[in-house]
Amino acid sequence: MLFDRPRAVNVDLQTDATLQVDISDALSERDKVKFTVHTKSTLPNFKQNEFSVVRQHEEFIWLHDSFVENEEYAGYIIPPAPPRPDFDASREKLQKLGEGEGSMTKEEFTKMKQELEAEYLAIFKKTVAMHEVFLCRVAAHPVLRKDMNFHVFLEYNQDLSVRGKNKREKMEDFFKNVVKSADGVLVAGVKDVDDFFEHEKTFLLEYHNRVKDASSKSDRMIRSHKSAADDINRIASTLYTLGTQDSTDVCKFFLKVSELFEKTRKIEARVAADEDLKLADLLKYYLRESQAAKDLLYRRGRALVDYENANKALDKARAKNKDVLQAETSQQVCCQKFEKISESAKQELIDFKTRRVAAFRKNLVELAELELKHAKGNLQLLQSCVGVLKGDT
Amino acid sequence: MAAEMEPPPLGDAGQTDFREIEDGEGFFVSTVTILESPEPSSPDPPSMPAEGISTNGPKQEDISLDDDPEDLFAEATEEVSLDSPEREPILSDGPSPAITPVTPTAMLTPRMGLGTAEMFERSLDELEEDESGDTFDMHIAVSDPEKVGDGMNAYMGYKVTTKTSMTIFSKNETTVRRRFSDFLGLHSKLASRYLHIGYIVPPAPEKSIVGMTKVKVGKEDLSSAEFVEKRRSALERYLMRTVKHPILLKDPDVMMFLESSELPRAVSTQALSGAGILRMVNKAADAVNKMTIKMNESDAWFEEKHQQFENLDLQLRKLHASVECLVCHRKELSVNTASFAKSAAMLGNSEDHTALSRALSQLAEVEEKIDQLHQDQAYADFYLFSELLGDYVRLITAVKGVFDHRMKTWSKWQDTQLLLQKKREAESKLQFANKPDKLQQAQDEIKELEGKVQQGEKDFELISKTIRKEVSRFEKERVKDFKVVIIKYLESLVQTQQQLIKYWEAFLPEAKAIA
Repeated sequence: MLFDRPRAVNVDLQTDATLQVDISDALSERDKVKFTVHTKSTLPNFKQNEFSVVRQHEEFIWLHDSFVENEEYAGYIIPPAPPRPDFDASREKLQKLGEGEGSMTKEEFTKMKQELEAEYLAIFKKTVAMHEVFLCRVAAHPVLRKDMNFHVFLEYNQDLSVRGKNKREKMEDFFKNVVKSADGVLVAGVKDVDDFFEHEKTFLLEYHNRVKDASSKSDRMIRSHKSAADDINRIASTLYTLGTQDSTDVCKFFLKVSELFEKTRKIEARVAADEDLKLADLLKYYLRESQAAKDLLYRRGRALVDYENANKALDKARAKNKDVLQAETSQQVCCQKFEKISESAKQELIDFKTRRVAAFRKNLVELAELELKHAKGNLQLLQSCVGVLKGDT
Repeated sequence: MAAEMEPPPLGDAGQTDFREIEDGEGFFVSTVTILESPEPSSPDPPSMPAEGISTNGPKQEDISLDDDPEDLFAEATEEVSLDSPEREPILSDGPSPAITPVTPTAMLTPRMGLGTAEMFERSLDELEEDESGDTFDMHIAVSDPEKVGDGMNAYMGYKVTTKTSMTIFSKNETTVRRRFSDFLGLHSKLASRYLHIGYIVPPAPEKSIVGMTKVKVGKEDLSSAEFVEKRRSALERYLMRTVKHPILLKDPDVMMFLESSELPRAVSTQALSGAGILRMVNKAADAVNKMTIKMNESDAWFEEKHQQFENLDLQLRKLHASVECLVCHRKELSVNTASFAKSAAMLGNSEDHTALSRALSQLAEVEEKIDQLHQDQAYADFYLFSELLGDYVRLITAVKGVFDHRMKTWSKWQDTQLLLQKKREAESKLQFANKPDKLQQAQDEIKELEGKVQQGEKDFELISKTIRKEVSRFEKERVKDFKVVIIKYLESLVQTQQQLIKYWEAFLPEAKAIA
């Protein structure tokens, strides 16, 4: 199913000629979506300069998890995994519409069907954009782009045979998360000597919570907006019927206003959709990224605790003069790990801020511009209708 | 206690200056006058453009103090039926979507109330001309709702101010205090007098046990304030519709309602009174009768109109339901936008990049303003659109009622005819029996019935004729009402969009300033 490719919405990334990745096509089947991942690269690692493979959502998750589990990448913000494509709500609505076909007029049915199809398409475009953003982030990262798994993901044109996690594995994940969050609390409690990281810790914690709140509130606001647009749709239909039935002068009014409302409600629906794209999606993305940043801080914190423990162990060993060499090696390993993470973490967090500011700027500007465009469109329609109706009286 | 107003002599220059009236009510009334008079091009201060007036509260007050009251008032009578196109631009400054939610202590939004009244009066009465040649010039305002008494016996008193230059009224301006049951009593009298002969009597606003109980109990919150405002506005529209009817206007009960300071308490309007129960029984009986009367409609006009009103009823109800949905969702949108605004402000606070933080705070402010905009629009949706539809749904019930009465009249006539026939048959039989007394009695009865049959036919023809006239008048009113309200409603939408543009235009440079 072809459509115009959405550009990476929430991230302002420098595209680099050495490695360009995008999702050129996507196909929605019964319960899965197949993404066509298209790569253009001048790197010598790849057999060709340009190639495409088909991937499913689970394979994206596999790639993401492989990054998370790789110790080498502990010092980086792992680009958040794209959310699972969720067409359930839309599919349910379409089904309900099919069941209720008998109870509405043909025009109403066609109208509603078109709307639901448009909604489905919008959700589809969104999920493609989110998967694409993930890949672009990886491709733009100086270290992650070199990852072996990433190259396999891009190039290997067979199924990666990555099955989704079964129940047992999901349970394991669940417990791992519980342990991790408990540990996270412990680790976070340790005050950091470094001011920069201490500040980032406090900042990210608060920021993450507030973004979460803003994200859910913006969703609710946009849903109300959509409901109002739907109401205007129904009003337009009834006005049309009234206009065709009425034998008096006022029928012209009804018909004109019905026509007007048909147009304005389309604009209202666009407003809601644009707010969704520019505001709600932005907030959702930074909710996930701020979580990834928190995870980085956690890993660093963990490494710091390990380092301090190793120090204590070394002191003990020296005092007892037992297993000193072992303790020394262990301490050195911890030290190296900690310092490596710290170094890259600092840069990652600075980059995170830059990306965030750029993304917010881009989206807020675009949001304002779109709101203006739609309001002006609405205004023009309304004013011209009022003019016509006033001339008629 | 009707405030005795010194009526400003119409058309006279250099007369009573309204502002000098000390009485609190007086001041209120005077501003009413000034506001209601048309503000056509000439004495209009340039500061009052037709468009772009948002919350009219303070502004209208300015106008009343700045303008020359005498001049405006003079024009009020002369220009009533003229210059309708000039009047149009003023319509947009009527009730702005901003019906400011009543504060519990204030308990009223005088500006709003007047606005709603104006909206109907000024435009609807321009072209209305009474058959007697006396141009319809009447403004009724219902205002100042005040709770009287305490506990479950408490009630809401309203001030009813009538301003007119029509000669049938004894004074040019009267103010009386009425309560809700008074309005219901008036309607009940008019209905019993005029409905069965074919006049479409405008229905009174509906009772609301829940709404009134809240008010009685003294719950001074937003919803009970809204309820009071809704009722006040409905009462005003009810009175205006009633007096617009040329026949009803002249009814002595109507005049008494508007003019006399004391009114006998209308007890029979209570829902659970004896009269109330009787009404319910009658309604049920009527419904059964309707099903059993099978009328031979000889007049295609009635058949057609009946069907038209059925269709109109169906569609208006549907539309009303959809608009009520819209009002609900818009209120929800307003609430959700406000909550998002707060959330965005919090996010801005925790953002550590200064420029972005500032932009997010600005976004929060914009959204807060937009939430108020949605709220205002929801009020316009309701008071302009939804209430009109509700009124017409009820009006059409009255129209259908009138058609039913015609059926009943026909039925009565037919029954009398049948009875006459039976009596004639019985009489001819009696001719051959030797009972001179009974024969005489039968012949007397026949004479009486013949008279009744004639009367029945006359009644039927009269009601048919009346209904034709009434329907034609009703349709004219309907067309006017809808045209006016639709334009006003669209103008409220225009205003909302204009405000939106202002807000986002102010925000855009802030967003661009993020560095």
